[in-house]
Amino acid sequence: MKFSEEFRDESLVKVASSRLARYEGYEATIMEVCGTHTMSAARFGLRFLLPSGISLISGPGCPVCVTDQRDIDAFLSIAQLPGVILVTFGDMMRVPGSSTSLERLRAEGIDVRVVYSPMDAVSIARENPLREVVFLGIGFETTTPGTAVAVRSACEEGLQNFSVYCCHKTMPPALRALLSSGDVAISGLLLPGHVTTIIGARAYEFIPREFNVPCAVAGFEPLDMLMAIEMILHQIAERNPRVENAYWRAVNEFPNELARALMAEVFVPADSVWRGIGVIPGSGMELAPKYSEFDAKKRYADVIPSVQSTSNTLCRCGEVLRGVIPPTKCSLFGRSCTPTTPVGPCMVSSEGACAAAYKYGSIE
Amino acid sequence: MSLSDTQVSLKHGAGGTAMTELIDAVFTATYGNDLATRDDSARIDIEGPVAFTTDSFVVDPIFFPGGDIGRLAVAGTVNDLLTIGAKPVALSASFIIEEGLPISDLLSIARSMALTAREANVRIVTGDTKVVPRGSADKVFITTSGIGTILLNGLSGAAAKPGDAIILTGSIGDHGAAVMLAREKLLDAESIESDTAPLVDIVLNLIRAGCKIHAMRDPTRGGIAASLNEIAKQSRVGIDLDGRALVVKPAVAAACEVLGIDPFYVANEGKMLIFVDPRDAERSLEIVKQSAYGAEAALVGWVNALHSGQVRLRTTIGTTRIVSPPTGELLPRIC
Amino acid sequence: MCLAIPMQIVQINGLNAEVEVDGVRRKVRLDLLPNAQLGDYVLVHAGMAIALVDEQEAQNTLSLLKEYLA
Repeated sequence: MKFSEEFRDESLVKVASSRLARYEGYEATIMEVCGTHTMSAARFGLRFLLPSGISLISGPGCPVCVTDQRDIDAFLSIAQLPGVILVTFGDMMRVPGSSTSLERLRAEGIDVRVVYSPMDAVSIARENPLREVVFLGIGFETTTPGTAVAVRSACEEGLQNFSVYCCHKTMPPALRALLSSGDVAISGLLLPGHVTTIIGARAYEFIPREFNVPCAVAGFEPLDMLMAIEMILHQIAERNPRVENAYWRAVNEFPNELARALMAEVFVPADSVWRGIGVIPGSGMELAPKYSEFDAKKRYADVIPSVQSTSNTLCRCGEVLRGVIPPTKCSLFGRSCTPTTPVGPCMVSSEGACAAAYKYGSIE
Repeated sequence: MSLSDTQVSLKHGAGGTAMTELIDAVFTATYGNDLATRDDSARIDIEGPVAFTTDSFVVDPIFFPGGDIGRLAVAGTVNDLLTIGAKPVALSASFIIEEGLPISDLLSIARSMALTAREANVRIVTGDTKVVPRGSADKVFITTSGIGTILLNGLSGAAAKPGDAIILTGSIGDHGAAVMLAREKLLDAESIESDTAPLVDIVLNLIRAGCKIHAMRDPTRGGIAASLNEIAKQSRVGIDLDGRALVVKPAVAAACEVLGIDPFYVANEGKMLIFVDPRDAERSLEIVKQSAYGAEAALVGWVNALHSGQVRLRTTIGTTRIVSPPTGELLPRIC
Repeated sequence: MCLAIPMQIVQINGLNAEVEVDGVRRKVRLDLLPNAQLGDYVLVHAGMAIALVDEQEAQNTLSLLKEYLA
């Protein structure tokens, strides 16, 4: 696969990791914000290529993990309404609500469908005019424009049976909240490469400026991550924190203006509850008033407030998401909380820190 | 064909003349003289020790690139017999058919089974047909049982030994990818085909050559990750896998990358994992490679006495990580 | 949170395009990249083309490391 395999080349990986050897003796905790980075690092065993004092911790960039319990229970209730087709990305199927999950509902005969693109959800609505199609909008800025395109298409087509339950969130406010909380001593941030294709590298300039934290925008192949880590370590060594870009083939400083315009038209920023962190002002998206007929939260408002959420108080997903503890420090990890019997989203999300830790394990 | 009906209906399962007509037109006509149509049981003359296995097939869709539920049923049961070192001799085939299934579909499936059985040198000798109301089954479910003569004793998932070489007879992920794409239509990939195949030649050639095989497993549901972890636990051994030796067809690899699925967990229906004494490793690999379905065979790993019950992978970039057992149905992801 | 794969544009019809990698094809939307051309490589995420892959920059990145190969 072009532009993938070359960045997994073993001999080049050896070069990149040997260049990190000069940082032997440094102690640094680098947070890889994005769940896809967590998965990639685990899949390729990247931590074995890092100098001993350098560790990677996972952050809150896992949209499935940070979805509030109340939202989960709400869309599970909506799915069970007669006539509804609940359409979602595969990522959300196993997320546990207070009493069930989409996977379990589907096994019980509820119409839950997995799609790869929000446009497929619009197609389902078009093909099923007598049913109500509700699409679960999950994801950060990489994914949100796609949902915007879907809503606009549905509007242009005059579809009456399509709505979106919007759980989209934005990265910069979450990073600000994380860094302001002072919970974790982060030596550097590995920034999410694909979110950055949308928002541009300049969006992160507040991080070195206000918090003195080194950062680098990283792609997702082993070489991409190693080169970004080297940039961060170099910044630490030089005591010169800034935003660097290690993903030049896809990302630059500037946002994608079309994406910005799309999101500004279809969505408005809103306060959002991040599981394990709490309310982060302006970090969420809701459908703009112009598109309120496509807002599932309004259409099914009578189902939502009656939802009582209960979550297991022993679940420490929140602390894992903030990088305060590693998955193994949660008392439920590997015991009552496993990928087949997940308690919290960090275990069930394919890219959750706990799922990655469990799946890829530790090697002594 | 003497049937005037185009669809299977409840009368075809009711035990009367309609049913006899269906069986004659579809099954007897395709399986030939093998089928003991007029008796409730078939007589088989077979030497012991006897291997016996059974499996049900509910795949959706019933026709997919590279095969269909019929070929899957015959090959699957044949391969299960082979894993225990048995030469497959005879199969039974029972059908639960949903009312409304086109008879032409049933005929296609039966023909496919007959062809696969012939390829595997096995006879379908008995079976059963039931028809259920619309909605009570998904088009057709097939249950096949098989018997065979054990030629090599002692094969078991608990018999892998430290030092054993692990041979994989070909590429991984083909079947699961083909079926998922045919069902979910998330991507288009014309070149991705199921690898469903009976592996009789490969296994019998190895046995006849006297290769010291300790265990064999066909990595179906859950992929090679499932089978390797099962054997590691049953045999209480560690397994080291070399990621560089694993073969994944480019289209399968690409489809898995796009959907965020790991080929290690994707089903295979025409592949065998073979745990063999290291002194027979090279010879075994040569023999497998000479077979039509073994052309891409490779030595993919070794059994050790170290990390008991655990499967470790040397990645393509030179690091090591654990391959854990599957945790559920494969779901595409965007994150 | 963002699985995106480089795929090549093999067909364009307004804002709808077909992309391909190793024989795998998928329809995508070009709303974010209306100037994308046939033959371009784009990152594909959830049915959207989100960025062009700059071949020259890719080569530059790899060259930096290749210099160190013996």
